[in-house]
Amino acid sequence: MMLAAETTPFALLPALILIPIITAVILALLPASRHDYLKLVALGGSSVAGAFAVYALAAFDKADGGLQFVTRSTWVADLGLSWFLGLDGISLFLVVLTGILFPIAILATEPHHDPKPYYIWLMILMAGSFGVFMALDLLLFFLFFEVVLVPMYFLIGGWGHGRRIYAALKFFIYTMAGSALMLVGIVSLAFLTARNTGQPLTFDVTVLAEAQALSTTAQRLIFLSFALAFAVKVPLFPLHTWLPDAHTEAPTAGSVILAGVMLKLGTYGYIRFGVYLFPQAAHDLAPIFLTLGTIGIVYGAVAATVQKDLKRLVAYSSVAHLGFIILGVFSLTTQGIQGGVLQMVNHGISTGALFILVGWIYERRHTRQIAELGGLQKSAPVMAAAFTLVMFSSIGLPGLNGFTGEFLILLGGFNGARWWTVVAVSGVILAALYLLWAYQRVFHGEATGENADMRDLQWSEGLAILPLLVLIVFMGVYPKPVLERIEPAVDELLLHVAANVEGFEEPEPQAPAQPAGVTELTEALEKGEAHAEDHGDDADHQDEGDHSETDAVEGEG
Amino acid sequence: MNLLAQLEPAPVVVPGIEWSYLWPLIVLSIGAVLLITITSLVPATRRQGFPAAFTAATAIIAFAFLPWMSNRLDDIGGRVLVVDGAMAVDGFTIFVTGVICIAVLLVALLLDDYLRREGLDGPEWYVLMLLSASGGVLLASAEDLILTFVGLEILSIAVYVLAALHLRRSESQEAGFKYFVLGALSSAIFLYGIAMVYGATGSTSLTGINEAIMSVNDAGLSPLRESSMILLGMALLLVGFGFKVSAVPFHVWTPDVYQGAPTPVVAFMASAVKVAGFAGMVRVFVVGFGDLGDDWRPLLAAMAIFTLLVGAFLAVVQTNIKRTLAYSSITHAGFLLVGVHAAGSDSVSTSLLGSKAVLFYMISYTVMIVGTFGVITVVGGRGDGNHTLDAYRGLSRRQPLLAALMAVLLLAQAGIPFTSGFFAKFRVIAAAAEGGQYGLAAAAMVAAVIAAYLYLRVIVAMYLADDVPVTGAASADHADDDHAGGDVAVPAAGAATGSEIRVPPSVLVALVLAVAATLVLGIVPGVIDGALSDGATALSLLRP
Repeated sequence: MMLAAETTPFALLPALILIPIITAVILALLPASRHDYLKLVALGGSSVAGAFAVYALAAFDKADGGLQFVTRSTWVADLGLSWFLGLDGISLFLVVLTGILFPIAILATEPHHDPKPYYIWLMILMAGSFGVFMALDLLLFFLFFEVVLVPMYFLIGGWGHGRRIYAALKFFIYTMAGSALMLVGIVSLAFLTARNTGQPLTFDVTVLAEAQALSTTAQRLIFLSFALAFAVKVPLFPLHTWLPDAHTEAPTAGSVILAGVMLKLGTYGYIRFGVYLFPQAAHDLAPIFLTLGTIGIVYGAVAATVQKDLKRLVAYSSVAHLGFIILGVFSLTTQGIQGGVLQMVNHGISTGALFILVGWIYERRHTRQIAELGGLQKSAPVMAAAFTLVMFSSIGLPGLNGFTGEFLILLGGFNGARWWTVVAVSGVILAALYLLWAYQRVFHGEATGENADMRDLQWSEGLAILPLLVLIVFMGVYPKPVLERIEPAVDELLLHVAANVEGFEEPEPQAPAQPAGVTELTEALEKGEAHAEDHGDDADHQDEGDHSETDAVEGEG
Repeated sequence: MNLLAQLEPAPVVVPGIEWSYLWPLIVLSIGAVLLITITSLVPATRRQGFPAAFTAATAIIAFAFLPWMSNRLDDIGGRVLVVDGAMAVDGFTIFVTGVICIAVLLVALLLDDYLRREGLDGPEWYVLMLLSASGGVLLASAEDLILTFVGLEILSIAVYVLAALHLRRSESQEAGFKYFVLGALSSAIFLYGIAMVYGATGSTSLTGINEAIMSVNDAGLSPLRESSMILLGMALLLVGFGFKVSAVPFHVWTPDVYQGAPTPVVAFMASAVKVAGFAGMVRVFVVGFGDLGDDWRPLLAAMAIFTLLVGAFLAVVQTNIKRTLAYSSITHAGFLLVGVHAAGSDSVSTSLLGSKAVLFYMISYTVMIVGTFGVITVVGGRGDGNHTLDAYRGLSRRQPLLAALMAVLLLAQAGIPFTSGFFAKFRVIAAAAEGGQYGLAAAAMVAAVIAAYLYLRVIVAMYLADDVPVTGAASADHADDDHAGGDVAVPAAGAATGSEIRVPPSVLVALVLAVAATLVLGIVPGVIDGALSDGATALSLLRP
C-alpha cells in the first residue's frame, strides 16, 4: 500500500479523534442535573464527528487503493513510535460506520441513571473506535485497541442489566488476556524487523509489511499472537463465550456499539494486521481460521435457534455473521475480502438496528424472553415492519444489504476455500430459520396481556432507526459506491500477498457476470441445501431466484 | 582504599570528597538533623504542619540540585567518582535520587493529616523518612560494596522503626518487628555475600570486582569466572536484594508488613525503599558482575517469573486491600526484575533498553503506588483499619473525586494505555523481547492480565457495586484490628457506614500530583527521555 500524495487541507483524522474527546470534556464540565443538555451535547458532538467521517467518505479518492488523509508525527522517538493515521478503502467504511452508529445509538436510547458519566464514556469510546481503525502505527493501534475496553467496561458494568458486573469483568479480562501476547508479538516483530533489515526501529505498519524480514517460524508465531487477540475480539468459535454475556447484559447503546463497531476490530485486525503484515503465515495457516470461522457460522446459528432470550439470540447471530466475514477474509480472494469488508459494514448496520429494536421491546415490556412476547405485530405494526426489514437484511435477503456481502463472500470462498464454503452455506439457511422463527413467536399470534397494549414507535424513535433502514435498502440495491471504494484497496492487499507468498496465485477470479460463477454458486447453494435438508423457508428460494438482480449489481461494480 | 583507587580505569580522575556533587544527599541528611533539632526546641502546639512542610521543602531543594548537577556532569563526561572512588555520581544516581525525592515529597503530604487524624504528632516520622531517603540515595550511588551495605542499612533501619511507629496499633508493632527480624537476617546474608566476593576478588569496589573478574592469567584463562566463591557471594547478594525488593521467594514478609504498618509508611516502603533497592541491585549486578551475566541472569530470570506469577495469583484471593496491593507490588517487582535482567545483557542495545525500562518503571511505579496508598490512607479512616474491599463499595457516590483519582491510578497499575503504567510495562516487554527473552515477556504479560483482575475488582467495588456497605463484615474486622486503642471503636463504626471519609487538602494535592504525573507520562512519555538516557548511558559507560 503506497502512500497517497494528496492530503486534505486540514487534519481530518486527528479531528475525528479530537471532536469526541472535546465533547467529553464539555460534558464533564456541564452540571449533572441538566439531563436534556447532556444528551443534546453528546448527540451534537457525535453528529459533528459523524459528519466529518461522512466528509471523509465524500472526499475519498475512489480510484486510489493506497492510504489517504495521512497524518504522521513522531511520538516517542527512542521507541520509534509515531502518531500515524490514515485511511484506505478497507478502514474508510468502518470509520464511517462508527460515525453513523454512535449518534444513532445516543439518539435511540436513554440511560436509566447517571447520564453524565454515561455520555462521557460513550464519547471516549467513540474517540477510541475512530483511533483504532485509523492507526497505522502498530503500537498506536494497540493503545487504542486496549483503551476502548475501559469505556465499554464501565458502560456494561454501570448501565447494564442482570449480571452486568460479571459480564463486564468477563469481557475485559477475556479481551485483555487475548491481547496480552499481541503486545509481545508487536514488539518482537518490530525488533526482529529492525535487526534483520538494519533499519531503525519502527512500528510503522507499511514499513513492517514491506520489509517481510522474518523467518517462517517467527512469522507464524507472531501472527498467532496477533490472531489470538483478534480471535477473542471477533469472536472465533471457542473464544466466543464472553460475547453472549456482554451483549445481553450491556445497555442497548453498548450492545449496538459492541456489535456494530467493536467486533469489527477483530476482523479488521485480521485483514490489516494479519494478512497484510504476515501474508505467508496467513496463507499457510488459513485453514485453521477457515475451519473456526465455519464452525462459528454453524454453531452460532444453531445456538441462536435455541435461545430463549431475544437479545441473546441476536448475540449468537453475530457469532455466525462474523464467521462469514472470517471465511471471506481467509479465502484470500478479491471477492471474499471485498465481501468481508462489506459484510462488516452490513453487520454493523443490521445487528445495530436489531439491538436497538430489541432494546425498545425490552423498555416497553421489561422482558426479553421470547416466550413472554407475542402478537406484537398488532400492537406495534410500525416496529414490526422495521423489524421485518432489518431481519431480512440480517438473513441476507436479496435486494437488501446483507445479501451483497454474503454473496461475495460465498463467491470468493467458493473459489478460494471450496469445502468450507460448502458447509458455510448452510448458515444462510439457518439464519432464516432462527430469525424467522423468532419473528413468528414475537410478532405473530394473538397478543395477550401487556403485549396487547404495547406502545408503537414514537416519532423520535422512528427517526433514529430510519437512517439504518435507508442504508439497508440502499446498499442492497446499489452497493457500487461502497464496493468501488473497497476494491482498489483489496486489490493492493492481494497484490501484496501475491508478491510475498511463494506460489500464491489468487484463485481465478470468476467475474460474476460470467454465468460459470453463478452456476457454481447455485451448485454450492444446492449442496448447502442438502446439508441443511428440510427447511422450507422462502428465503433460500429467493436466494436462488434473484441472481439476475445480483448480476446487474455486480456488472456495475 | 588506595589499593582500590589504583584499580580504577585510567581516564577517570579520582578526586577527593567532591562535596559539591553530594548536595542532594547532604540536604536530605542535614534536613533530618535540622528538623529534629528545631522541633525539639519549639513546643508541639506551635508547630502544626511544620514538619511536613519542612520535609517537603527539603525534598524539593534536594530535587532542585539535580538539573544543575546533571549540567555539570555533561561537561565532564557524564560521570564523576566521589568520596575517594566509593560513590559514583552520574545520570543513574541523579534519576534515582529524583525518584526518591518525589516519593518523600508525596509521602510527606500524606503523613501530615494522617498523624493528626491518628493523634500521633511527632517529627520523628519525617526525620526517619528523610534519613531513610538519604540511605536510598547512598545505596543508588555506591560504587563500593561496603558503602552499598551502609546505604542499605540506613535505608532499612529507619523504615523498621517507621513501620512500628503507630503506637496504638499492635499490628503496627508486629509489622515493624517482623520487618526488622527478616530485614536484619537479609542484611546478614548480604554482608556474608560481600565477604565472599571480597574473598574471591580481593576488592569491594564494583569496578575493582569487575576488573578482577575480567583479569586474564598467563594461560589466557580468567580463573575467577569459575570460582565457586564468587558465585556463592553473588547468590547471597541476590538474596539480600531479593528481600529488600520483595522478590519471590523472599517476599513472605511483604503482605504482613504492608497490612500492619501505617499506610503512609507503606507508601514510602513500596516506593522509595523498593526503588532504592532496585537501584542498588542494578548497580551491583549490572556494573559489578556485568561480566558474569551468564551466571546470575538465569537465576534472575527464574526469580522474575516466579515473582510475577506468584504476586499476581496471590493478589487475586486477598480481601484486604493493603494485602492485595502488597501482592500486586510483588508483581511490579517482577516487572522490574525483567528489566534488570535485560539491563544485565551483554548486548549494548538490550542493556540500554533494559536500564531505561527499569528507570521508567521506577518513576511511574513510585508515583502510582504512593497515590494509591494515599487513597487507602484516606479511606482507612481513624484507626487506620478500614481496609476491606467493602470499604470501597460505592465510593464513587460518596467521594466522586477520590474514586476517580483512585480509578486512574488503578488503571495505570493495570497498564492501560495513555497512563504511565502502559509505557512502563511496554518498555520492560520491549527490552525483554529485544534481548530474545520472549518467555519472560510472555510471563510478564500473563501476570499483567491476572493483576488487572484485582485492580478491576476495586473499581467494581467503587463504581459498579450496589451502594450498600456491608457494615457487619467491616466492623467485625475492626474489632480484631483495633483492640489496642479504646478510642477507635466509634470511628470504626463511622467508617463502616462510609460517612467518615474526609479528604484533607494536603492529601488531595499529593493525589492530584500523582494522577497528573501518571497521565503526563502516559501521553507524552518523551518528557523524561533526557534523564532516562543519561541514566541508562551512565550504566553502559561502566560496562567493560
